[in-house]
Amino acid sequence: MDLRATPAEEAFRANLRAWLAATLPTLPAKPSHTDWQARRTYDTHWQGLLHSAGYAGIDWPVEAGGGGASPVEQLIFKEECERAGAPYVGLGFVGLLHAGPTINAEGTLEQRTTYLPKILSGEHVWCQGFSEPGSGSDLASMRTRAVRDGDHYVVSGSKIWTSHAEVADYCELLVRTGTEESRHKGITWLIMDMKSPGIEVRPLKTISGSTEFAELFLDEVRIPIENRVGVESDGWRVTMVTLSFERGTGFVGELLESMRLLRELTDLAKRTGAYGDPGIRRRIGQLAATFDGLWALTKRTVSEAQATGIPGIGGTVFKLSFSEAGQKMADLAMELLGDAGLLFDDVNHATDGQLLGNADHVENWIKSFNLTIAAGTSQIQRNIVSERILGLPKEPTVGAKS
Amino acid sequence: MNFQLSDDQVALRDGLQAIVEGRFSLDDIRAREDAPSVVNRAGWQALSDAGVFALLVPEALGGLGLSITDAVVAMEVLGHALVPGPLVGTILAAGTVAGAAEGTTLVGIAATSDRGAIPGVIELPSDCDGYLVLPSAREGAAPATYVERTAIAATQAARSLDPLHPVGRLEGPLVASTHELPGTADALRRKALLLTAAFEVGLAAFALELSVSYAKDRYQFGRPIGSFQAIKHLLADELARLEMARAQLHYAAVVTDAPDIAAIDGEVYGLSSTQLEWRAVAGAKLLCDQSAVSATKTAVQVHGGMGYTWEVPVHLALKRARVHATMLATSDQMADIVASLTH
Repeated sequence: MDLRATPAEEAFRANLRAWLAATLPTLPAKPSHTDWQARRTYDTHWQGLLHSAGYAGIDWPVEAGGGGASPVEQLIFKEECERAGAPYVGLGFVGLLHAGPTINAEGTLEQRTTYLPKILSGEHVWCQGFSEPGSGSDLASMRTRAVRDGDHYVVSGSKIWTSHAEVADYCELLVRTGTEESRHKGITWLIMDMKSPGIEVRPLKTISGSTEFAELFLDEVRIPIENRVGVESDGWRVTMVTLSFERGTGFVGELLESMRLLRELTDLAKRTGAYGDPGIRRRIGQLAATFDGLWALTKRTVSEAQATGIPGIGGTVFKLSFSEAGQKMADLAMELLGDAGLLFDDVNHATDGQLLGNADHVENWIKSFNLTIAAGTSQIQRNIVSERILGLPKEPTVGAKS
Repeated sequence: MNFQLSDDQVALRDGLQAIVEGRFSLDDIRAREDAPSVVNRAGWQALSDAGVFALLVPEALGGLGLSITDAVVAMEVLGHALVPGPLVGTILAAGTVAGAAEGTTLVGIAATSDRGAIPGVIELPSDCDGYLVLPSAREGAAPATYVERTAIAATQAARSLDPLHPVGRLEGPLVASTHELPGTADALRRKALLLTAAFEVGLAAFALELSVSYAKDRYQFGRPIGSFQAIKHLLADELARLEMARAQLHYAAVVTDAPDIAAIDGEVYGLSSTQLEWRAVAGAKLLCDQSAVSATKTAVQVHGGMGYTWEVPVHLALKRARVHATMLATSDQMADIVASLTH
């Protein structure tokens, strides 16, 4: 074990730090969360800057136009970006993290040359059409249907939790091409042009009051056969290839953000006097220790990926612990805020006469419910951990056809 | 950056594993339940011959000259096997206290708590030949000392919670010793916490393995109980706790060995290298306490009625976890330290 950076890692960090220091001050003001067009402009501008500097798709293979960074360099990249306050991947999320890597691994030469460069440059925004109203945890039960008609698929059905559908150019879409009972064996992966006739996008208002997500209603949308990635009805495997791109760095940004929020919260507790309560202090200590432990676990996972090519079990158990710690921190914030936690806006003053800074914490509390649901509920995570790692027998499948 | 066990560490772990399996089988350990002495002297000698007590002694003094990280790897193995005896104190006393490295002097730890100047109970009063006395943080720069068993107050006869790690209540204050130990008490305390935390990780892993194995074999309602989410989800949570605790333990050991890394990482949080070490060690002890206590409690629950019997060894891990989460420092004290270094 040696946590010292190699000279190459040190140089990578120093160059990136210098570039961030020079580049971040040139960014325009962050747009309003609700202005989709402005967000698209802002995020694609940032992606363009990354692209010109050679940092776009840092985790993609060099052959695909990416940075070919090692797992450790990916960790450094995310750490430096977060510590410098760089913008998040934002609207580029689906293209850079899911659709692009899938097309690179499973697409034809033509698909790769058509779509990948514009994902990297930020010109194209992608969204994801996987979940359905009736298919959440049990994704393989999806029913959105694609029927062949000449050289097209005709697709009808609905998708939910589609991030940034309002401004996306393309959608990575999973459709049923097999029988209703075919489950994993009858799913196909398609590239859907979001300008196609028959697509209706409806914003989905969440408990935070915002419309981060949308629902897609597809009514006989015609998608050319050449937009299929992989062979027909092999889409489940194609999708899993995407998921295996994860190298244990998926939550680095969120983790470091949580550590920053905890420091703010500690400051808040001191300003309100709550810090004098040993119970409050211990909860802060517990959360700090947990986030430190998760940061160590991240390093362990990345180091394993670097050494063996496989991230190992750290990445699988990470989300379980992280999501619950995030919720505990959000609860602590609300208790510290008291009645100021009943307002979204920062209009309350602490005893020092300064504004409390409650806005972030209230927003964070509402959004914290998402942590144990999105990207696999904690219940599904526990099934995965106990069955795939601990080797416990599968739960009895009552009524599910597999 | 490399956070994997080195080849040498894997060899150390596997070699010690083999010795422990031969010398400290569960049957052997259990034969000493409630015996006046819980330490298997032949086994203790075998550990000494393997260099366990000389791990941290510099090579110039005849030791192995290994790192705290190596010692942590070894302690995980010993914890997994529930090896009884004053392991942490003897490892830390070796090189300073005659006979410790050789396995002839057994050294316990008497940590004075922040709540009072004297320890209420001391570990293994019938086995230890002497104690490292660690002053509390409140006592400032007071040195750590060594005191012989014969020089300290007697203990009352009282039954212990853990039959394999008995403690005795002192009838009077510890007698002050003039045998000062080299290095700062502060650094010694951190090392003691780390080695104890490593033993706890071993306990947690042992308890989880027992539970998983039982959940696969035990049938109710016509199927293994491990197929029910009510059971498997408990075990998934324990694995998540354990992996996080172990990662933090290894991180804390690495920064204890390498102050330059502690300094670099401390800069991010505005902490000195010593403060960063304290934050890492206290966090590791807290997470390892919680992993060991929780995994052993869960093990009792998953074993159901059998978990409530003396025969099934789950209770031995449960009780040892309680001992180690209590004696050197409590989890609350660790959380206080981490909080004081979060700003």
